Amino acid sequence: MVAPRPLHDRALDNLRFIRQTMERAGSFTAVPGWGQVAVGVTALLAAFLATRQPTPELWLAVWLGEAIVALAIGGSAMVRKAYAVNDPILSGPGRRFGLSFLPPMVVGGLLTVALYRAGLWHALPGTWLLLYGTGFVTGGAFSVRIVPVMGICFMLVGAVALFGPAAWGNWVMAAGFGGLHIAFGMIIARRYGG
Amino acid sequence: MAKQGAARKTEAVEHGLKSERGVGGGGRAAELDRLIHERVRLGIVSALAVNESLSFNQLKALLKTTDGNLSVHARRLEEAQYITCTKSFEGRIPKTEYRLTAAGRRALERYLDHMEALIHATRQG
Repeated sequence: MVAPRPLHDRALDNLRFIRQTMERAGSFTAVPGWGQVAVGVTALLAAFLATRQPTPELWLAVWLGEAIVALAIGGSAMVRKAYAVNDPILSGPGRRFGLSFLPPMVVGGLLTVALYRAGLWHALPGTWLLLYGTGFVTGGAFSVRIVPVMGICFMLVGAVALFGPAAWGNWVMAAGFGGLHIAFGMIIARRYGG
Repeated sequence: MAKQGAARKTEAVEHGLKSERGVGGGGRAAELDRLIHERVRLGIVSALAVNESLSFNQLKALLKTTDGNLSVHARRLEEAQYITCTKSFEGRIPKTEYRLTAAGRRALERYLDHMEALIHATRQG
């Protein structure tokens, strides 16, 4: 005969169930892990190419090209994962994630133009990494916990880029957009279904 | 003040014991407790507590349950006025959407208090 579970255990189990259900229901889980790994790999290639560019304009062109490639890979991977896990992008947590993620990206675009005009090339890696991280911290409030953590890591690397020597630019870009994407992408892919 | 708190706690625990054993006093509180205590119904209310609304298909995927099971439990909650259900069409596809009512939110809060009181009381005991 199996002994009945103590009330205390059952109450704890019920509270755990409520918390887990709320987390799953309130989170946008379609952040694509494998898509991020792919973005990280292309960012490493872009960093390698960027180091070989003779002018700042060509350096910027490499990274803008990488941004377009990353957007295409990340966007299509997100749509595919959202479809697979039945997590709508245009409503609920997905919409809130997008609306929170978008403003820092727009600011990043505007600051890129402003810094380009002012000739402040060395400030671009830090600005991009900081704002990209900010997007994941704010959007991550509607996603699984690892997403804002990833955002904070991007912001830390961005701070190093912003206040470190200009010569570190390509290295921190490789570490942030390459390394962090690959590392967190693999964790997300393993823990959160692809 | 402390005595009142202790009395409230004991009452809550006793209520919890009755409900857990399925021999509630038949009062409204015990009935409400049983209604929300069932796993699928607790899942529906918890999921709706963090979303403005959820569709039938979203709830089904979230709670990993069948159409029939979800439908039956959602109707029980609807009858108790814990949730509201609106049916509409998206193009030609029918869409059923659920929302948590104020009464449903209060019931969940009571249930959470109840579970916490049980844990505190058994720890102290």
